[in-house]
Amino acid sequence: MTLDADWAERWVRRTAVAVADARDELTELDRQIGDGDHGENMDRGFRAVVARLDDAAAQPAGADERTVGDVLKLVATTLMSTVGGASGPLYGTAYLRAAKVSGRPQIDPPAVVAVLEAALEGVSSRGKATVGEKTMVDAWQAAVDAAEAAAADAGSEVDVLRAAAEAADKAATATIPMVATKGRASYLGERSAGHEDPGARSTALVLGAALAAALSGPASADPRGAA
Amino acid sequence: MTARVALVLVSHSAELARGAAELAGQMAPDVLVRGVGGGPDGGLGTSLDAIQETLEEVLATLAEAAGAADGAPVAGGGVVVLGDLGSSVLTVEAALELDDTLAEHAVLARAPFVEGAVAAAVTAHGGADRDAVLASANASVGMFAAIGAAQSPEAGEATSAPPAEGSRTVTVRNPLGLHARPAALVSRKVAELGASVTIDGVDASSVLQLMALGATKGRELRVEATGDGAAEAVRTVAEMIEAGFGEV
Repeated sequence: MTLDADWAERWVRRTAVAVADARDELTELDRQIGDGDHGENMDRGFRAVVARLDDAAAQPAGADERTVGDVLKLVATTLMSTVGGASGPLYGTAYLRAAKVSGRPQIDPPAVVAVLEAALEGVSSRGKATVGEKTMVDAWQAAVDAAEAAAADAGSEVDVLRAAAEAADKAATATIPMVATKGRASYLGERSAGHEDPGARSTALVLGAALAAALSGPASADPRGAA
Repeated sequence: MTARVALVLVSHSAELARGAAELAGQMAPDVLVRGVGGGPDGGLGTSLDAIQETLEEVLATLAEAAGAADGAPVAGGGVVVLGDLGSSVLTVEAALELDDTLAEHAVLARAPFVEGAVAAAVTAHGGADRDAVLASANASVGMFAAIGAAQSPEAGEATSAPPAEGSRTVTVRNPLGLHARPAALVSRKVAELGASVTIDGVDASSVLQLMALGATKGRELRVEATGDGAAEAVRTVAEMIEAGFGEV
């Protein structure tokens, strides 16, 4: 499996589908411990991303080969412009930093790790959050750790993405008993325990979509195909 | 508009941004103050595009005033940005990360939204440079502690300040007293004077501390000063208060 700009586009389109499907779940999670707009905001943001990808696809291709970073940069600026809540600049910065380290037509397993590391660095520096504060950083950090381990074991692109996606999913679930100390949920203090962090859950969706896009391959046109 | 530093106030709410800009602008008529708020759909939230547009527009205005061909504000000039809650601050940071020109000329303060905007506006009105305006906004968070200390019963004995070289007790004559506009007038005047002036123990160069005195008509205020031209400073400030700021 080659991870190229087409993979990045499939990743993003699958993310949009996953976010739309989980819209009510994310909003409900956010209603319990935040301001109840995470599902709506993410859905609006990724719908706008898909619209811009469709626009770009309708344009004649440029002379230069499209890079993975080109796709991620488009996601970054679109999310920052359209999401409206804190997740806009947080995810936007994650994709922006990831784009900066993936300005190539194809990325190999170490480069996938670099992309995830850059995204984590973007989220944590923008949000001034660290692990254990019940935020999306928990999911991103777990994904990076697992991806690094998989790449160190000479894993393939798919192995690295699978490790990241599974770790992010577990980490999101693991935020349930945590007490939030960053973000809107921190205003609730102890009462934030017992609820999953919506940002950690959406991070798991994003990384799950990255794996699904790699497994589906370029032949699959249906973004709702096997995940 | 003659001040070289402009303010951009970013809120989740368009109305809050507009109101804060109106309030700060009223106290510092020479300063360009713009509010920007609300999400991409017009509801509560923040819009990167709107923030970028406002920053670019304000920078263009400053550059035009500076007459600079390269689109830069005058030396020491620029934009100080204040945000209210989480995503306003994050979105401003993202806007600055996306655009090197904005990052060069605009800086984000870490300050209470209203108090910081007012303090920054009054400082900018005096012609201060960007670093000084930023410092003024950032210092506004300390005003609550400063007022608490000045109003505590022990403040009189605990003070280690040098004895005043001039002092006078005056009575507030205008009905609304030291509200926003008069407080801005006094603090701006004090900033021009060389002396260090206090009114009822609070720093008279701080518009926020003056407003927090809540001094209305009939209240007696103790004006004291130390340093160069202390006696003259006391006389100037006392006369301003006694003249009622044109409101009597």
